[in-house]
This record gives sequence, structure tokens and C-alpha cells, in this order.
Amino acid sequence: MKKLCLKVAEVEQLSPLVKRFRFEEPTGAALPVFSGGAHLTVEMPEGDMIRRNSYSLISDPYDGSGYEIAVRREDKGRGGSLYMHTKVAEGDEITVSVPSNLFQLDLRAKKHVLIAGGIGITPFLSQLRQLDMEQKPYELHYAARSREEAAGIKLLPQAAHVHVHISEEGSRMDLGSILDGQPLGTHVYTCGPDGLITAVADQTARLGWPKTSVHSEAFTAPPPGEPFDVVVKSSGKTVHVKADQSLLEALEAAKVEIDYSCRGGACGRCHTKVTACDGRILHNDHWLSDDERAAQQDIMPCMSRFKGTRLELDL
Amino acid sequence: MTMQFNDETFRGDYTYHNSPEAIRRFPFPFDQDTYMYSVNIEQHPGGPKGTPFEKMFDVDEHYVAEMKDREITLAEDPLRCQSLPHMELAGWDLLELIMVSKAKDYPDLFTLHRDGNDWHWINKPLGIEKKFTFLDATTLPCGPMEYITRQTQGDFALLHERDNNLWMDAGMITSQADWSLDFDVGMNFFEWHAPVPKARKMGVFDKALKFLLAVSQGQHYRRLNWTMTVNPRLDTSPENYHKWGPEKRTITPENVGQKQFLRVELQTFFRLPRSNALAFPIRCYLMNLEDIASNPKWGRRLHRVLRDIDPDLAEYKGFAVNQKFIVDYLSQFDDGAPTSPGIFPDA
Repeated sequence: MKKLCLKVAEVEQLSPLVKRFRFEEPTGAALPVFSGGAHLTVEMPEGDMIRRNSYSLISDPYDGSGYEIAVRREDKGRGGSLYMHTKVAEGDEITVSVPSNLFQLDLRAKKHVLIAGGIGITPFLSQLRQLDMEQKPYELHYAARSREEAAGIKLLPQAAHVHVHISEEGSRMDLGSILDGQPLGTHVYTCGPDGLITAVADQTARLGWPKTSVHSEAFTAPPPGEPFDVVVKSSGKTVHVKADQSLLEALEAAKVEIDYSCRGGACGRCHTKVTACDGRILHNDHWLSDDERAAQQDIMPCMSRFKGTRLELDL
Repeated sequence: MTMQFNDETFRGDYTYHNSPEAIRRFPFPFDQDTYMYSVNIEQHPGGPKGTPFEKMFDVDEHYVAEMKDREITLAEDPLRCQSLPHMELAGWDLLELIMVSKAKDYPDLFTLHRDGNDWHWINKPLGIEKKFTFLDATTLPCGPMEYITRQTQGDFALLHERDNNLWMDAGMITSQADWSLDFDVGMNFFEWHAPVPKARKMGVFDKALKFLLAVSQGQHYRRLNWTMTVNPRLDTSPENYHKWGPEKRTITPENVGQKQFLRVELQTFFRLPRSNALAFPIRCYLMNLEDIASNPKWGRRLHRVLRDIDPDLAEYKGFAVNQKFIVDYLSQFDDGAPTSPGIFPDA
């Protein structure tokens, strides 16, 4: 994956838990433009390991003067968002990947309905700029518990087709009324908690929407968990995975060659065969099918963990 | 201009020819003495100086004549260029990629001035000068993909990504090895590859699709493919099979060296930024057996490859009918000596 060494140009507290970061090319050169819904992978070196998290781009996709992301602090995470919140300051250097997109708009759609829950607003911030530029009809629905938590409000345009639903204020988002009666050829995109994504999938299924018109992005940072060991088949080497480390990060730290892209269990790049498994794989990805999970012969090292006595990977 | 462009034709009197320099830099596709499918992918651009791998979009002595031939084909059959409505943005991405690359790689041939979205493009070999507004199709005489591919050698397919597959939703296809954009437009990766023998069972397409979906911005790749064509004809389309199909029967032991061409496709893959589509340029290079055999390594190797090839592949690539003439002709260049690894000529 191609990398860019950028400078942290701005850090802004958007809400108590969410910060916005702007990265620019130190020479002032233009960065590659991107498509709405794209993300960056940010490198966070700490001691002898490099943690990498992916974040949706929230800035204008056709503007190469800088890249912006918004990061929600997860105090129970394995430390990536905390690093961004506590260690990254204006003027710092930061290494990121080039943008890549697992949640692109389907520009065949007659209309686009964007549904965001909480920090799931982020991919839509670049998408709605692209929709504006492409002059495509859309409506955006943004649900949050409280106005204080709704960090995205500051970044959204005031427009009749942008709807904010604050449940604390009694205006809960009603998926039935949003989705019912949309014109044929409408595509819906959801980003947020799993419950929201499932609710939209269920509602569209009831209304008879084609599955190919229903899109979602659920990738999140890898969860922490109990430490475990993994054996690399080719070398016989045992690699220890710490509690606040993902399996992928531990393999990388041990210099095991492994491909990756999203680091959120969505793209399939790090898909690895399991050659021995005495225990239970804790699958946290969105890539493997239910059958594959049950068979325990495949694992997505970016997200998944292990509980048991022996796990050997075909690496 | 430093480059000389040939005055030549790809139909009728077939005056197409390769200079000694073009022969030297020909992208010979066989890196060993046998051939079977493989996912033979390398990073692009990059390669020895002067080879067609060095630049993003290779421009050579055939440029002007190839563009004239494309014009004739399009005038007779406008459906060789199609773009479904959602692909216009990908067309702009492609136009930007080509204009920026060509202006950088061939500054004496092409110039691009950009002031925001006000662009000024100068194409000296074709005598074109155009001011237009980037992302505003009303400022060009045709769609952006058509505009730039009328000025760029090779065929172009633009692939839309959705549902974990790639869909051929736009293209400019006038120098194809017997496939039709009008037939394939709107198909997905497995559908448009359905006629290829053996490969699906070998798992080649699953691997290739997985690889293509993972191609990211700023990292480009290439592979070589090949077939055989009688006469130096770019437009070997199914639509015009009645024109070129019968020419296969004109091969004799006396003329096979001059009339039988090895047709090599330099295929490249680019992830486009705004549309997230994949651009798939397919650049065609033609060289007859006589010119190939002027390089001893290539003469020996081509003889062995075509003699020993799987009969299904000889059939699919359309030269089974002339295989005996070809192999007999090439045998005179094969003294049994070992060949060096790799595709490049021995120094």
C-alpha cells in the first residue's frame, strides 16, 4: 500500500469525544483526490510497534489541499483513538495510506438515502459533497443520542434534505417512514452501530428493495481482548498477541509478511487460512460467511482473536 | 518533435511496418519456452529504458496511423465506443490520468496547462489544441472518455465496482482480439470472460478478480496477453469477422513469415480517484514472424511455444488452422540451443 508522509495542520475538538484532524502535504503539493466514502489508514507508532487504524475521510473529495478525518475517543478500545486524541498535535508528522474506498456511492442510483448513526456520519461527509458536485438527488438522516454527542452537526450543511434526529429531544429516527415511498431506483447507505445497519436491512427487505440497492459500512477498529499465542506455519515461530494489540499488528511486529488494506474486517485482503485450531476463533470481521466462521479454517487477522490452546496460521 | 510517425494502414493495402527500433522494443510476451495461463502481473510503469513498459502510456511510431484507423472504425460503427450514464465521472478520471501522464512523459509531444478546472491541452502529433472546463462535458465535442481515447493508442475498458464484482460499463474498443464491447457492455467480470477456455476451472478468474478489486490508487499494474492475427489488422472484431476471418485462409508456406503477426496486448490496471472505477487499457502491438525471428532468442522460443501449445488454446486464439505453416516456418530459426530467461532480447 502506497504511503504518504503528511503534516498535522489542524486539530479541532468537535464535541467532548470527537476531534477533527486535518493533514497536509508538507511541501504544499496537491494530494491525490478521492471518491466519497473513502478512508485512510493512519499509522500510530508506539514503542516497538505500529498500530494502524482506518478512518473515513470527511473532507471535500475533489480538494487535494488536505485530508480531514474525525476520530471518536474510545476509552475501552485498544488505544488507537486514544493515541489520536492524546499524542497527535498540530505540526506533528503523520504517515497515512493513500485513500481507498469500500463504501462508494453507486452513481447509477436515481436517488441516494444516507443514514448515519453517531460517529457513522463520517463517510457521508465526503459523499454528500460528491453528490452535490454530481448534482444527484439525496437525503441524509443523522441520528444521535444527544446534541452534545452529535459531533457531525457542525460539519453538515443547513439544507432541507439534511435531517438531524436527536433521540434525547424526542425526535427518534423512524426508518419506516424514511424508507417507505422512496422512488424506484433509490439506493440506501447506512453507517453506524450494527443494530442500525440490521434495522435498515430488515426494513428494506420488508419493503421489497433489491439487496443490491442496500449498502452499509460497519468496519470499526479492532477490539482489544485477552492475550493469546499464534504459531506461524512456515517458520514454526510463536507470536504473542497482547491484549491491546490486534493479531495483524502482532504479526507485523514479528515481521511476518501479510497483506492488508482496511484493517476493519471489510475488504478481505488479510484473509488467512488456519492450519490448526484447538480452541475457538473470536470472529469480529464482516468478511467471512457464517459457514466459514463455524468451520474455523479461515481467519481475518485484522479483527479477530483466539481463545484456546493452539492456533496455527498458513503464513 | 523528435519522434517520427509512420504513414501506414491497418486495412486494405496493409502498409503497416515496424522499424528496427520498433522491433527492438517489441513487448515479446514469452518469458520461457512454454505457455499456459498465469496471473502474470507486474507493477507499472517501470522497465528498461526504451521499452514500452517505461512510461504510463507508451507512444510509438504507429501513434498517428492508429488514431486514423480508430476514426475509420468509429465512423463505420459508433457502438465501438459506449459509456453508460453513470460512467462519465470515470471518463473524466481517465482523461486526467492520460493528459497528465502524457504531458509529463512526452513534453515535446503533449502539453497540459491547468488553472483550476480551466484546462488547455495541446496534442502536437495530431494537431489538436483545446481549451475546456474539467468535469463539464458541454465544453468538449464528445464525452471525456471518447475525447481522450480518440487520442490515445490502445483499447480502453472502464470497469465499475459494485457487489464485489467489476462491470464493464464503458469502453472504447476498436483494436480488439475478437470480442465486442456492444455485446459485453454491462456484463460483470465472470460474464465477459465466459468464452475463455479452461481458465475458470483453474481458478484464474477468482484470483484475478480478487487482485483487481484490491488495486489501490497510485499503484498501477500490467500484464501481457497475446494472440495471432493474419495481416496487421487492428480491428479484428466479431462485427467485422466477415472481413478478416477469410484472410486466415490466405496463409501459404511462402507468405507466412510476412502475413502472420504475433499480436501482443499490454494490459494495464489503474484505480481511478473520483469514480473509484478501474481503468483497463489494452494496448495492441503487432509484429510479423519474419521480424520476430530477426531476433534469434525470440525465433527459437516462439517456435517452441507454438509447437507445444495446448490445442484448446491454439483454437481459442484462432491460429489452429495455420499452426502447421507457422511452426514449419519458425523451425528454421530453432537450432535447439537453450534460451535465456525473461522476455528481453539477448544483448
